[in-house]
Amino acid sequence: MKAWDAIVIGGGHNGLVNACYLQRAGLDVLVVEKNDWVGGAATSRELTPGFLYSNCSYVCSLFRPEIMRDLELPRFGLQVISYEGGAVFTRDGDYLANYRDHDAHRREFARFSKRDAEAYDRYARDVTRQCRFIQPLLMRTAPDPTSFRPRDLGELLYLGKKFAGLSAEEMALTLRFWTMSISDFLDEYFETDVIKANFALSGIIGTALGPMSPGTAYVLLHHYMGEVDGSVGAWGYARGGMGAVTKALAASFKASGGTIRTGAEVDHVLVSRGKAKGVALAGGEDIYGKLVVSNADVKRTFLKLVEEKELPDIFLRRVRNFKIRGSSGKVNIALDSLPEFPALPKDSPAYRGDMHFTDSMERMERAYDDWKAGRWSADPFLDMVIPTTLDPTMAPPGKHFMSCFVQYAPPKIAGADWTDADRDGFAESVISQIAEYSPGFRDRIVHMEVRTPREIEAEVGLTEGNIFQGELTFDQLLFNRPVPGYAQYRSPLSGLYMCGSSTHPGGGVMGAPGRNAAAEILRDLAKSTSHMSPAHDVI
Amino acid sequence: MTSFDAIVIGGGHNGLVAAAVLAKSGRKVLVLEAATDIGGAARTEEFAPGFRVSSVAHVLNRLHPDVVKTLELERHGLEIARGDFVPSVALSRDGPPLVLHGAYGEALTGASSSEQTAWKELSAQLLRYAGILKPFLSRRPPDLSAMSLLETAALGQTALALKKLGKEDMRDFLRVLLMNVADLLDEQLTDDRLKGLLAFDATLGGHLGPRSPTSLLGLYYRLAGEIGGAAGAQALPKGGMGAVVTAIRAAAEKAGVTIRAASPVAKIIVEKGRAVGVALDNGEVLHAKAIVSAINPATTVLDLVGPREVDTGFVRKVKNIRMKGNAAKLNLALDRPPQFVGVDAAGHKGRLVIAPSPDHVERAFNPCKYGEFSPEPVMEITLPSLADPSLAPAGACVLSAVVQYAPYALKEGWGASKPKFLKAIMAQLEAYAPGISKTVLHSELLTPTDIEARYRMPGGHWHHGELQADQMLMSRPVSGWSGYDTPVEGLFLAGAGSHPGGGVSGRPGLNAARRIIAMRG
Amino acid sequence: MAKATRKKPAVTEIDAPADARTAAQSHFRTLRLGTPFQPRIDALARTDDWYNWAGYRAPHSLWDEELEYFAIRSQAALFDISPMTKYRIEGSDAEAFLNRVTLRDVAKLKPGRVHYTAWCDDAGFVLDDGTLFRLSPTRFRLCSQERHLPWLLDSAIGSEVTVEEETEAVGGLALQGPTSFAVLVDAGFAGVDKLKIFDLAEFPHDGGTVTISRTGFTGDLGYELFVPAEKALSLWDRLMIAGELRGIRAIGYTALNRARLEAGLIVANADFTTAEHAIRTDRLRMPDEIGLGFMIDLEKGHFNGRRAILEARTKRKLRHVLVGLEIEGNIPAEHAIVYYKKSQEVGLVSAAMWSPMAKRNIALASLKRPFGDTMVEDLWVEIYAMRELQYQKLMKRAKVVQRPFIKLDRRTANPPADF
Repeated sequence: MKAWDAIVIGGGHNGLVNACYLQRAGLDVLVVEKNDWVGGAATSRELTPGFLYSNCSYVCSLFRPEIMRDLELPRFGLQVISYEGGAVFTRDGDYLANYRDHDAHRREFARFSKRDAEAYDRYARDVTRQCRFIQPLLMRTAPDPTSFRPRDLGELLYLGKKFAGLSAEEMALTLRFWTMSISDFLDEYFETDVIKANFALSGIIGTALGPMSPGTAYVLLHHYMGEVDGSVGAWGYARGGMGAVTKALAASFKASGGTIRTGAEVDHVLVSRGKAKGVALAGGEDIYGKLVVSNADVKRTFLKLVEEKELPDIFLRRVRNFKIRGSSGKVNIALDSLPEFPALPKDSPAYRGDMHFTDSMERMERAYDDWKAGRWSADPFLDMVIPTTLDPTMAPPGKHFMSCFVQYAPPKIAGADWTDADRDGFAESVISQIAEYSPGFRDRIVHMEVRTPREIEAEVGLTEGNIFQGELTFDQLLFNRPVPGYAQYRSPLSGLYMCGSSTHPGGGVMGAPGRNAAAEILRDLAKSTSHMSPAHDVI
Repeated sequence: MTSFDAIVIGGGHNGLVAAAVLAKSGRKVLVLEAATDIGGAARTEEFAPGFRVSSVAHVLNRLHPDVVKTLELERHGLEIARGDFVPSVALSRDGPPLVLHGAYGEALTGASSSEQTAWKELSAQLLRYAGILKPFLSRRPPDLSAMSLLETAALGQTALALKKLGKEDMRDFLRVLLMNVADLLDEQLTDDRLKGLLAFDATLGGHLGPRSPTSLLGLYYRLAGEIGGAAGAQALPKGGMGAVVTAIRAAAEKAGVTIRAASPVAKIIVEKGRAVGVALDNGEVLHAKAIVSAINPATTVLDLVGPREVDTGFVRKVKNIRMKGNAAKLNLALDRPPQFVGVDAAGHKGRLVIAPSPDHVERAFNPCKYGEFSPEPVMEITLPSLADPSLAPAGACVLSAVVQYAPYALKEGWGASKPKFLKAIMAQLEAYAPGISKTVLHSELLTPTDIEARYRMPGGHWHHGELQADQMLMSRPVSGWSGYDTPVEGLFLAGAGSHPGGGVSGRPGLNAARRIIAMRG
Repeated sequence: MAKATRKKPAVTEIDAPADARTAAQSHFRTLRLGTPFQPRIDALARTDDWYNWAGYRAPHSLWDEELEYFAIRSQAALFDISPMTKYRIEGSDAEAFLNRVTLRDVAKLKPGRVHYTAWCDDAGFVLDDGTLFRLSPTRFRLCSQERHLPWLLDSAIGSEVTVEEETEAVGGLALQGPTSFAVLVDAGFAGVDKLKIFDLAEFPHDGGTVTISRTGFTGDLGYELFVPAEKALSLWDRLMIAGELRGIRAIGYTALNRARLEAGLIVANADFTTAEHAIRTDRLRMPDEIGLGFMIDLEKGHFNGRRAILEARTKRKLRHVLVGLEIEGNIPAEHAIVYYKKSQEVGLVSAAMWSPMAKRNIALASLKRPFGDTMVEDLWVEIYAMRELQYQKLMKRAKVVQRPFIKLDRRTANPPADF
């Protein structure tokens, strides 16, 4: 019977990145994916004729350019089209736009506050400084602070040196950045509510925290890490939807000789004498491999795919304690025409970017209070994009696809599972919010897909529908991610590795976990990593 | 004109401790207190004829042993024996209460045996972790710009203490450090009463709910405190908190400190970047080599020094200190002792907490984010006159409660809302001690705005600045100036706004005095 | 339509703010603003060579950058300085406020006078440099390269002073060159002869007033004129007509930049990085490190950065120095690395040119102390001169010299000569 060099469980973007790097190192790699398509949460699916849905992840900004280059993704069809603007609609019929042009941006802010307009540069400077500190850490394995191994000590020293290289002011800011709420942080720069709300949204996306929760300033950084020396927080669409990212990855993988099996759900990992030997599929088939890499989240991997008896108690306890909380849902809509927003001039670049309706910190925080109480937000926060304004390939001519990322949606409703009625209520909260700003919106809807954490978990396999495979709070970052002692992509079972967003540096379509895991695996196999670009310099 | 080596502004407990320590070093020290009584928010006051109560702070749980020792407070009348430790009672509406006895729950009663085991483990763990952080209380925060050998060594000690925990324990320590308290409790406990009590203790006095990340630090801060040699222990001082201040005052006066009450300072006189004296409200000018401000840092910088004498960035930082209080103080004069359902006599002499679950505390927290008070507030209640009958007329009883959440900046303003809030509090009390409302002879509710006005605490915040991770250690009171010095030479900060923070500990005052002595200021 | 007409009065009332809002929103369609003088400048722009100056469309050159430079030195050159950031600072504490914010002693700045100054953050790093106009005992105008409203407003806490940004509302012109005085006289600005260097006065213009100061950025005889935006075009025309026989020419920035370098003047974010824009903290500079130490007045009361500046001076923590260099030969050493003994890297040239006036090859450079400070011998610059797709590398000797590189008596002569 054939034994693969490596079996990757799950064909999400991190699984595919991992598989690509391993295959290119000369391993014979198999990716097994439970769905009939690959992509995980980065897919484009034709859910109604003629319309391609980026039905989970919907924007591309965090994907590491080093990985794109190594895996030749542009050659395999990946094209990223940048947002041209963005806007927050205000309740009084106006809006606050984000423009790419620095001076237009300032003038737009000045419509609300001259002071805030001129405060932006200092804000951008401080955020950029922090991103520059953190970005190089994304492509490194976090050190184990309890270890005395030379590698860990070296890596700790690297961290220490980097920190010591900061000025005292920057150090203080770093410490505060990791612990402050985005609301408190923004208060130190801006006075206008809508301007604060405009920035704060990056502090809450994908997380089960409100903008007034300490730690959300870091979440903002996580979203701003896209490209440091370009404009801070640059975002874009993948042409053809987010599936284009994983499609390119799959093509790259296959071109280098890799094998993908779709419709192959893993039931459990085969373990013998503390070592992973392969996977057993739900259909009963066993597939053997010298090592197994799981792209699934840490809870799914160790609480569902591996038998309890194979794992140490302390590890299991920590895995159970890992916080992986669904906080968001999606409403994906096919439209027969471009919706109108009377507040927004027809030629505004904001149509070709992200649009929001939450114009105050209080509205944003109250949306979170609903989540804490176990219900979807009555007045939700939406991150709404219409990618077809820039990418005509996703809908028939003149028609549009709209993606609404919605917060907050708890994994359970008042302790019980989501019902279809709940789902419809959730969708209605979204549609009615949009319709409030866009008359006639309902009439344009051709088809709609509503995804609560229940649907996301069922289809993509993300526990609780958490898009980051685990909260990005300090207790779950760096050497704590996913669990202390196993933050280096390995597990208590020899031959079983993790490569999903549960691992450092976390979620978003970034690819770094998959890449870093590949580096660790190749290190264990004593294989060359010369095909892996080091992190780009930050100078 | 008399000249002093040091003038201490503010006769609260930290000011008095700083003054006493400076005087013991041979300095000629003057304390200026604005109010007619010293003690600040740690006084004992008569709030109704014959009824006396600790003004704001009413439970003694963190008076630092170094302070007790340095000032020989026991010789000056402070008595805390192990027998004085009082229990914490987590009240419950639908059943018997749960009680933590001894020093922060050395014994737990009223819970299942499995919960008792879980608590034993958790409390040991919490005390162990708090113990790692404890040495930081008695040091200046590390100076990020210039780590001295001494500081590096001190941090090295911490690292060593961490290593001593053992690998797995250290890993857990690093994981939970900045966690929210609710998650940790959910990981290890099941009893809502116990979890509610701990969630309450972690968030008491702060603008955090138990689900807010970093809220566990509040519990560590609580457990890093000790009294009578026992970490986490608590006592109700005989004679109220004022008795503690009296002992510190006695020590200060014995050391030669001059104390002048009713002497509000109008201005700190700065000449060429150096503080040289103070001007009082009445125009009197006093000079000293060192000016030690044990009052609020923002008041010190913005009102007494004036923004023009310091740099704009510093003013910004000071203005950015978050210090809007959420805790109100309720003093009730009762015609007889109340009966809290299911609580025994010993329990009534302890600390009674209404915080039925972490979720309840979290729900109580929600409105205060938007400038609204909690419709179902959480609170800790003491009945100090039960152990010390001198505080109330015979047969009558004093109830002292700290109640959350009562935001300083109430949207509707406290003028009209105070009676509504009092009603909400009384409804809670009535639910746990039926009939209590009818026994009220007099009530006094101090909202944060009242506390601000009466005790000159901006925002009515007893920590003089939120005690959250980003305002701790080297960020307290502001980054760059966390070591009791200020940009104004000769001006030092010694109040709760400085590291390590509030509570009747005396530690900021002691640390500041030691810094001044070290600098020969 | 009929309906709308009937309801007209009500509609107008309701729509007025909405129209204003729509107008304000529309800025995204014009990414580069025009200044109040734009129609005239556009009409003269033969090269169509524009750059972005703080969000405005500003000319690199208008017709011939070489001749535009010589207009400054031989005739009269008119340069639009409207994009400069302008703040109006007013109130009984205005002097005290500015004394706390800026380095120089504002008490010594009499009404009707201008001085060049700079301001720092707490750490003593320069936030910007600029000119401060004292319009009256309690009224000032601060002109600068960057924007500072939050800093100024936060500095005003506790002071009786208002700070208002007035960049768009006020147009500015620099009229520089030997015939500039004559142009103003011919234009009918009676009494302009009384303006000594750094004096300012208000003059009637088009039913309003124009503020004229004897200041400039060229090291030459010259004036700066500030006028309400709505009177800008008439001012332009008044000067151009009067100056026709005096050789007046509109110019772009390239010419001005040469003149300022000859005058030894520095430009924020060209010769040093301003503190609020420096991402890399080693790029921050104290006044003593960019040649602005002369502004520091330790005898006046407290000012921002005083403590840090004093400490850096006493503890010898100053790390850089900005110097003027004279370089052998005539190849401009733009952005050349400066070496000690041809091998040890000690600094960088930020601006350089062959000076037609001084007939010297000049440069401004930032050096690591002690080089340029106590060690000024054996300095070299390595020039990478791109010539027809090849670098010609030259190692040339550089000598630290006094600034300005040119000193023109006509700049300060009283009264100015009628060329």
